[in-house]
Amino acid sequence: MDIAFLSSAMVTLLKAVPMTLLLFSLSVFFGGLLALVIVTMRVSGNRLLSGFAKGYIFVFRGSPLLIQMFLVFYGLGQFGVIRYSFLWPFLREPVVCAVLSLALCTAGYSAEIFRSGIRAVSPKEIEAARAIGMSGFLLVRRIIAPIAFRHALPAYSTEIVLMMKSTALASLVTVWEVTGVAQRLISQTYRTMEVFLCAALIYLVLNFLILQGMALLEYSLSKHRRAAPPSAVKA
Amino acid sequence: MPGVTRLSVRNIRKSFGDHEVLKGISLDAEDGDVISLLGASGSGKSTFLRCINLLETASDGEIFVDGEQIRMVKKNGQNRPESQKQVDHIRSELGMVFQSFNLWSHMTILQNVIEGPVHVLKRPKAECIAEAEALLEKVGIADKRHAYPAHLSGGQQQRAAIARALAMKPKVMLFDEPTSALDPELVGEVLRVMRALAEDGMTMLVVTHEMSFARNVSNRVVFMRQGVVDSSGAPDDMFGSGASPAFRQFIGHFGGEQ
Repeated sequence: MDIAFLSSAMVTLLKAVPMTLLLFSLSVFFGGLLALVIVTMRVSGNRLLSGFAKGYIFVFRGSPLLIQMFLVFYGLGQFGVIRYSFLWPFLREPVVCAVLSLALCTAGYSAEIFRSGIRAVSPKEIEAARAIGMSGFLLVRRIIAPIAFRHALPAYSTEIVLMMKSTALASLVTVWEVTGVAQRLISQTYRTMEVFLCAALIYLVLNFLILQGMALLEYSLSKHRRAAPPSAVKA
Repeated sequence: MPGVTRLSVRNIRKSFGDHEVLKGISLDAEDGDVISLLGASGSGKSTFLRCINLLETASDGEIFVDGEQIRMVKKNGQNRPESQKQVDHIRSELGMVFQSFNLWSHMTILQNVIEGPVHVLKRPKAECIAEAEALLEKVGIADKRHAYPAHLSGGQQQRAAIARALAMKPKVMLFDEPTSALDPELVGEVLRVMRALAEDGMTMLVVTHEMSFARNVSNRVVFMRQGVVDSSGAPDDMFGSGASPAFRQFIGHFGGEQ
């Protein structure tokens, strides 16, 4: 085992971690916001909005993320409207294209995950909230969203981990994140095994940290489902 | 303030599809009245109660809470409340206790009780907590204030739900079969809280199968049958010689409790 090469490869790859984290955090953030919009439309009861949301979810869940990313990166520039608009300086950046396609895609999945959470909220708890005078946004903010989020959290952590791994696709639209840098290093050294092992290790560590964080969040939000602490049991 | 009409319901009708469940029900509750609504299942008593705070929308009729009429409009042939804001306001004045408690599972008992006062009435939190603790003391579960609903027995959950409704300082309390989901040995603790509430002068409308409560605690009994009020009156008359044949037959099913 060539420790010297492994450690130098690792150092090279670690320098790309900030880019991977940037792709990840921006796409989870914007994808999450967009998912909230989509799921609101989906459950709005308005046939037009709900139909649009259904179509959106179908398209972005039903087609490969890589193709979506190619369409954004290579495709958008073909439209004059975009090519000559104020958005072009942003949209010609590979990072922006990668974040955009990652966010658009995760929004479709996350919207469905959030919807399953909303459906799991007991109608009786909603009725109790209405009965004390809650409606509209207050009802969503205080009762529906907190309960729905708790139900959705396990599935949502999976989606977030998938997003971390999907950032690897950004290497194919020339973003120099961990996988992209790994490939460049391999083309220079022809040492596929060592470099990709280092890259895999980095993703494993990142996902381990994310999953730990999500588990902690889930634990702190599920006190009501655990056995009562001894102090609460004694009558 | 006896003599003040807290709740007035005029000629309420409600249909589900072609099936008319309520065929014109009227009822007045003055301050301090404790009215038991009795009837076989399917007689419409729960639907009637739910129409009062608009959890169901009556097809026709008028509702006044503390003198304020709930404004209704016809839209595409459907009866609808004119303003959600007014509905929210009216609901905040009507305390509702459900058969299956309906506590918010992700909140502690104390959080359940202060939720309405803090977020609907927008009152200062510290004040609400002090009042909530007094209420939990009153219903006998002060030591459970930091527990979650799932950690409580049914009777304790229902008492917490009563405290949650009382925290809104309602004009009228509506009880929808509050003891029907409880194990028999837990019914007593909930009925004791309700009796204490009645003795404090709370105006109460109670859908129940507890004949002893109807007879001994309420000052009026309303017997519903097939969507209409079959008979009503003071408990002594209703359970005595004044009973209608239908009511006599109905309470015959509760023979053991008479």
